[in-house]
Amino acid sequence: MSPCRPEVVVFPEWRDKPLEAALYECRELVEDTDFPTVRRWREAGGKVVGHFQVYFPEEIVHAAGALPFKVRGAPIEPTQADSRFGSYLCSILKTSLDLALSQRIELDLFVSHPICDAARNLAAIWGRNFPYAAEILYLPQNANSAHAATWLRGEYDRLRRSVEAAVGQEATDASLAESIALFNDNRALMRDLYRLKRETPWLVSADEAYVLVALAGLLPRDEHNAILRFMLPRLAERPARRMDRTRVVLEGGFCEQPPLDLVRSIGRSCYVVDDDLLIGLRWLTSDVSTAGDALGNLATAYLEQSSYSPVQHDLRKPKERMLLERIARARADAAIVMAAKMCEPGLEEQVAYTKALDHAGIPYFVSEFEESMTSFDQLEIQLQTFVENLLFR
Amino acid sequence: MQTPETGNSPLVNPPVNPLVGRANRDGAQLFRDWFSSLGEAAERGQGGAYVFVMGSLAELLRTFDFPIVFPEINSLQTAVRHLAHDYLNEAEDFGYSPDICGYVKADFAAQMRGGELPMGRIPKPALAVYTNACNTYIKWAEIWERMYETPIFTLDVPGTRSCGRVTGPGQVDFENDRKYVGAQIAELITLCERVSGQRFDIDRLREALGHASTMNRCWKRVLELNRSRPALFNALTDGTIYLGVANGLRGDAKGAAYFTDLVEEMEYKAAHGIGTLTTEEYRLLFVGVPCYPIFRRFNELFTEWGGTFVNSTYLWFASGGSNLGFEYDLSRPLESLAEGMLLSVRDAMDSMFFSPGILEQMVADYGADGVVFHPIKSCRTVSTGLADSRRALLSKLDTATLFIESDHMDRRVVSEAQLKNRVDAFFEGLATRKRQSAISASAAATGASTSANAGA
Repeated sequence: MSPCRPEVVVFPEWRDKPLEAALYECRELVEDTDFPTVRRWREAGGKVVGHFQVYFPEEIVHAAGALPFKVRGAPIEPTQADSRFGSYLCSILKTSLDLALSQRIELDLFVSHPICDAARNLAAIWGRNFPYAAEILYLPQNANSAHAATWLRGEYDRLRRSVEAAVGQEATDASLAESIALFNDNRALMRDLYRLKRETPWLVSADEAYVLVALAGLLPRDEHNAILRFMLPRLAERPARRMDRTRVVLEGGFCEQPPLDLVRSIGRSCYVVDDDLLIGLRWLTSDVSTAGDALGNLATAYLEQSSYSPVQHDLRKPKERMLLERIARARADAAIVMAAKMCEPGLEEQVAYTKALDHAGIPYFVSEFEESMTSFDQLEIQLQTFVENLLFR
Repeated sequence: MQTPETGNSPLVNPPVNPLVGRANRDGAQLFRDWFSSLGEAAERGQGGAYVFVMGSLAELLRTFDFPIVFPEINSLQTAVRHLAHDYLNEAEDFGYSPDICGYVKADFAAQMRGGELPMGRIPKPALAVYTNACNTYIKWAEIWERMYETPIFTLDVPGTRSCGRVTGPGQVDFENDRKYVGAQIAELITLCERVSGQRFDIDRLREALGHASTMNRCWKRVLELNRSRPALFNALTDGTIYLGVANGLRGDAKGAAYFTDLVEEMEYKAAHGIGTLTTEEYRLLFVGVPCYPIFRRFNELFTEWGGTFVNSTYLWFASGGSNLGFEYDLSRPLESLAEGMLLSVRDAMDSMFFSPGILEQMVADYGADGVVFHPIKSCRTVSTGLADSRRALLSKLDTATLFIESDHMDRRVVSEAQLKNRVDAFFEGLATRKRQSAISASAAATGASTSANAGA
């Protein structure tokens, strides 16, 4: 039996509108720091599980009838959260907590992952500030152990029990299989979106593609699937003209997100043909099996059918080699290597990335960003100069 | 005879005994010897096992005769010797950001210098073994992998999932974690055999585990003994020496002997009321990582006011959870090693992420007058939650706290004048509390006496 879910459409605004108007509504939603879709879901009696960046097995939450909500900070002033943190920390930690302290979002369970030394503290801090449960989901950092998948299956089972306790519904094996199928559809649609972006980047701009992916963290997946099914064919038929722009891969958006205006600025100078923006929502790169042990299938997929990021250690996936492969696959001419301010894994990886790019003779542009930055003039001028230099190489 | 529990007055003229101060002298010598042995290994071209303080697995790696190298300890030594900035600058020139861990950068520069450090030369890594207790360990090891193609091994130790939900043997989630740790240790042994060219010897492991058990048991006792009044050692300064031996000689016979001696010295000091060199006015707890660039001066900021650090979370997590006193079951060494690693490393992580309850208990156990929180720029693992931990502690206890920020490596973010201002204000507050407490006690006594007279 399927779990009980609220019968509500949390994001009706895009419906019955032409492509550009529908895209506008999507952009408005992604930039809305009051998260109206989460509020509507709760008002309809739904439960919400917030999960911090990067990857999270959302199927488990969905199978229990709750809404998995991606906690990814916001461009807000963390006035209440500031006193809970010291200096020298990235912005996303503070703004994520502030979203809850300021009651912009209300959750029934919060889960963070030890993706970095700062984020691993977040569940403990969250737990001290709210009456509902907050916990850490451990994802294997020894991805090369022969026992990692078995252990992760047990960890997912533990998470399932936590989710069930928080939302008051079971996530049965049958409902898990249904959820995996729904998310497989979603993953396929997002792969289509990225194929479109890679092959015909003039049809979908960097910020549009970003918005369409970001919606996944805010909506029930069936609603997200409906949006992508509407958008993709229309984007493909868009009467857009191909421009003579440099094809770049943008790397550095795996956790804290650059402001949408920054992504738009980059897109004005070049075609972003691939990136790691919100990579957690696109972590699994192919369909997860719906047959047999659902939790075991999810665990295996995390290890064997997955992308890469600076916060996952896997000897089979050296990050710099993975970046070079991404660049080659996307037929990119250059890379933009960014890191969020104070993001230790991102900043450390920048060194490896740039050395590998040097070695491979691939031009690159290095920069830092913060989710709350509002001025991009300087960065845009630098980027345009970089692109012009490439033209005259 | 005085015991920590009874807290009798110190003797006026304690008998002079060569035991007193022995641990500091012997610790320094053992440290020098250890470094000399690393230099010799480097000279003969032998690679070392690079490990970290939170879950070093030295008790296992020793059985393969790897020289044990602790890059964290090497890096902090550059700061203590006021040379860290040279190393940091070299790494930053290479491309590393000023905002990442100073330990990593100092080690990177040391590697670029062929292993040259102020204390001598260290061997190149033959193997790196590290836990996930600090994510930076993983990123750090990846640097050696890139530089030397060194085999690197993550021992993934799942920690406590949420405050108060600590699992134990027999519980399904604990057993899942234990099997995972055990399976990884078996895989590590295979790797060690390949890298060292030596077969695994379970009897040597038993021997090393026995020594590690002695060290764990003694470390727990030493920490307990510092509940004495006055405190027997300063957790910030003396404690760091003991910690160095606890890590550097983990699983070694000399380490076990040292810690056995250390307990003897501390028992003697407790029995004779011998404290530190500071006249103890205030008993303090330290939370965070010491300020190594001005290590001595940093401590003086507190001791000049009569403040003594009686315990610290540093002595817990930087001993890899040795404070638990876990003793291995030598009849089933591999299973017990997995269990010990899981429990100890998890405890080390708990003392960083879930510290308020631990601190509340420490304040009571050690009769602390105040708690000093010292988050640092370099270490987000330790520092991220400290401001919130302080809030949580203050919501439970009416205790004095101080929150000061600096770094354990980077002198550019260490402002001695600002630190002193904050520390001075903290002690002025402590003095006021003490006076008010005395006045309240006196008033209560007078009130009680008046009531008693009126009753009569």
